[in-house]
Amino acid sequence: MTQVSLKAPAIRRLGGGTGPRQRVRGLSDRALAFYFVLPSLLLLLAINIFPLAWNIYLSFTNYRANMPGFPVRWVGDLNYARLLGSEDVWAAMQHTAHFVGWAMLIQVILGFGLAWLLNRKFKGAGLFITLIALPMMLSKAVVGTFWTYIFQPQSGIFNYIVNFFADVGEFTMLGNADLAPWALILVDTWMWTPFIMLIVLAGLRSVPQDLYEAAEVDGASSWRQFWTITVPMVLPFLMLAVLFRSIECFKLFDMVAELTSGGPGSATELANIFLKRQAFETWRTGYAAAFAVILFVTTFGAANIYVKFWTKVKER
Amino acid sequence: MGSAQAHSIVEPGRLSKRVAVVLVALYALFAVVPMAWIVMTSFKTTEDAIAYPPKVVFDPTLEGYVHLFTNRSRQTEEYMQDLPPAEHWWQEIVREDNMVITGPSRFADRYLNSLVIGFGATFLSVFFGALAAYAFSRFKVPLRDDLMFFILSTRMFPPVAIAIPVFLMYRELGLNDTHLGMIILYTAVNLSLSVWILKGFMDEIPREYEEAAMVDGYTRLQAFVKVVLPQAKAGIAAAAIFCLIFSWNEYNFAILLTSGNAQTAPPFIPLIIGVGGQDWPAVGAAATLFILPAVIFTVLLRKYLLAGITFGAVRR
Repeated sequence: MTQVSLKAPAIRRLGGGTGPRQRVRGLSDRALAFYFVLPSLLLLLAINIFPLAWNIYLSFTNYRANMPGFPVRWVGDLNYARLLGSEDVWAAMQHTAHFVGWAMLIQVILGFGLAWLLNRKFKGAGLFITLIALPMMLSKAVVGTFWTYIFQPQSGIFNYIVNFFADVGEFTMLGNADLAPWALILVDTWMWTPFIMLIVLAGLRSVPQDLYEAAEVDGASSWRQFWTITVPMVLPFLMLAVLFRSIECFKLFDMVAELTSGGPGSATELANIFLKRQAFETWRTGYAAAFAVILFVTTFGAANIYVKFWTKVKER
Repeated sequence: MGSAQAHSIVEPGRLSKRVAVVLVALYALFAVVPMAWIVMTSFKTTEDAIAYPPKVVFDPTLEGYVHLFTNRSRQTEEYMQDLPPAEHWWQEIVREDNMVITGPSRFADRYLNSLVIGFGATFLSVFFGALAAYAFSRFKVPLRDDLMFFILSTRMFPPVAIAIPVFLMYRELGLNDTHLGMIILYTAVNLSLSVWILKGFMDEIPREYEEAAMVDGYTRLQAFVKVVLPQAKAGIAAAAIFCLIFSWNEYNFAILLTSGNAQTAPPFIPLIIGVGGQDWPAVGAAATLFILPAVIFTVLLRKYLLAGITFGAVRR
């Protein structure tokens, strides 16, 4: 660091000295670039990289954050070995996969469908877009809280509406181990379908209209146009939306914490809920840190592979 | 291009537009009803809020809001009869349930904390973000693409993985449960968003503008402040509003790192359910007051929603 920061004024002096009449006024571009980027990088180093490195170190220890005096011992890969052998961890990963998979599938179908309909440019489309987009701007924790009210077994409006259409009697969405995962998927879909919709809509609007006109002249059916023009052109947008969304889904914590806090039993214990329990309830800090590393590596690795794939699709 | 009534994707037919309006309106209903329901609940009495079938028509009351902002204690009938007449309408409301107000609740403080932390973090992340974005947009920063990707990748870190070491670090520095600590943390988290959005917008401003200003005697820094920043107004507004909404809604770090002094509203709102049984109107009131700013900003921001949610990757 010091080495670089010494350089900046030196460059400035150089810049001032070289041009005979053309003295560089103020800071040179390189110095400016340096000073402009520095604060952001320092902040990210302090609040992201340093904690991440510390987290990796903790993952090899038996550290417990609630016992500051407790002797910290290096335990090697013990935490990792325990994690990979733990049934709870695999269950949490399974719940996460179930949640991410279904939420993505439903949101892609609904989001694409809505975008496709909205692309018909009818009057009032703008108003509908804003209304549909509202849920995704709300706080997930608050959304979780008020959906618990909507899902109330005795008085909730959700149960009322379901019973209005199908007479199933009293039931509990959040208290039933089979239904609770679907309650999460429903609320996430309510909140985030507009995300996919907005991005796909941008994709649909980017398709040059003359492609369709040319296809029309060639006598291609709408069905064929859809699969040979619309889908390939929109795919990069859709994939970008799915990337952002699945990372978010994988990280999901707040909404679940308020809706079910992982229950009933551990039916909705997603990876991050499990992680939080280990870190801040049972205070197995080292163990939790190891799980956090595994989650991060999984997300980061999957995202990297996906981005490579995405770049290929985009360039096709 | 075919006869007037020919069905073509280029100009959708009347029927297909009508079907689209109906389907989109149905989905918009699904998006809006839960929010409308929670706002309605905030104006119900506790009894009306748990009535079955759910009440759509009811006598509106401010009971929920009074409950939200006050602490109350239940008293005997005799005690209530001996009280002097109520001085304010809110005392009247709680007296109907044999309760007296014992003082203000902590909600107002939590709301204020959300405002202070939200605006503080937004200002800093947009300020540093704009500097970094300009440098990345205009100068040959070494490893630029890697740095940009690194900045984006900080978003992929699972929040709990950062939260464990940040919790320990903040404990050492005395930053746990302080406004400053939360502002620094949210600034760091928001930087990725603000750098990416602003770089996108700045890339679109022609370099010639600054170059002309510099020929006129501006330094690079002056050109940045007086020419580029005003041109990037829209991007700054979009970045600021998205940072604000993020900090406003954030829950994961808030629940782990704050408990009293600097606690924001999202971890507090779910606690209202616990106070005095299931006080849904008070929860509704809190949710209503809390989502109101997000709704207003979404409506103001609707043109830039896309840029915001894709980190500037898709701008229109």
